[in-house]
Amino acid sequence: MESPGIIAAFWLLSAVTVGGALAVFLSRNLIHAVVFLVLSFLGMAGLFLTLSADFIAVAQILIYAGAVSILMVFAVMLTPMSARDNSNSLYVVPGVLLGAIVAAGVAFIAVDVEWPVLADLDADRFPTTVSAIGDLVLGRYLLAFEVASVLLLAALIGAIMLVREDEAA
Amino acid sequence: MSDGLSVELAHYLSVSGIIFGIGIAVALSKRNAIAVLMGIELMLNAVNLAFIAFARLGGNFEAAGGDPLAGHVFVVFVLTVAAAEAAVALALAVLVYRRRETVDLDRITLMRW
Repeated sequence: MESPGIIAAFWLLSAVTVGGALAVFLSRNLIHAVVFLVLSFLGMAGLFLTLSADFIAVAQILIYAGAVSILMVFAVMLTPMSARDNSNSLYVVPGVLLGAIVAAGVAFIAVDVEWPVLADLDADRFPTTVSAIGDLVLGRYLLAFEVASVLLLAALIGAIMLVREDEAA
Repeated sequence: MSDGLSVELAHYLSVSGIIFGIGIAVALSKRNAIAVLMGIELMLNAVNLAFIAFARLGGNFEAAGGDPLAGHVFVVFVLTVAAAEAAVALALAVLVYRRRETVDLDRITLMRW
């Protein structure tokens, strides 16, 4: 992909995404960390758009930047007496070390390996992704689709059961 | 690899790896259980980026009989599982807070011998 717009968008969105993720780590306030996490999710949705994954980008904004971040803000609000300073535990040094090793290792492998890439990258490969994804989900991956629905139902009922106030008390 | 002024699969995979590493660092080193969950969500997001990048740019896949959009379908399932996991984990955090008045992982030592 060599059009200047795609290149500029890639570098800008990568900076936003990685910067947001770094700010989640460095932020000194838990609510600010959630906001930076949303920024990182939105940048990731933009990266999906540069890969012509329109449906996934919209789903990312709806589910991650919308629903999951709201859940996190709710969880922070529902735990008012706990620390809000986003501080690190004793494992910060091994944690950062392991994260740096994984990041450097994956980046090195990504650059070093000659990946088999498509011959014509600029071709309009996916005219419509939504109908193709729908065909796959209700065709070859039907079993996984049904299992996912059961999983969502189990998570829904489980979350309600967990936080329900005990009526007997 | 062609000239430097184009965006390749390796660029996307590098960004994916960096975000995954940051997610590991956040998940391992934060004290608040909700912040740990943020790290896990970052890691899942990084994996999604790798899936989408391979689906768009990776070659030799359709020739092997695969669907070109299988990566997108996998990302849909990852999104589903991540949403379910976030709901249950945050419910657990609220439950622990109700019992112990804290979600500080250094102070939840019930299972330490």
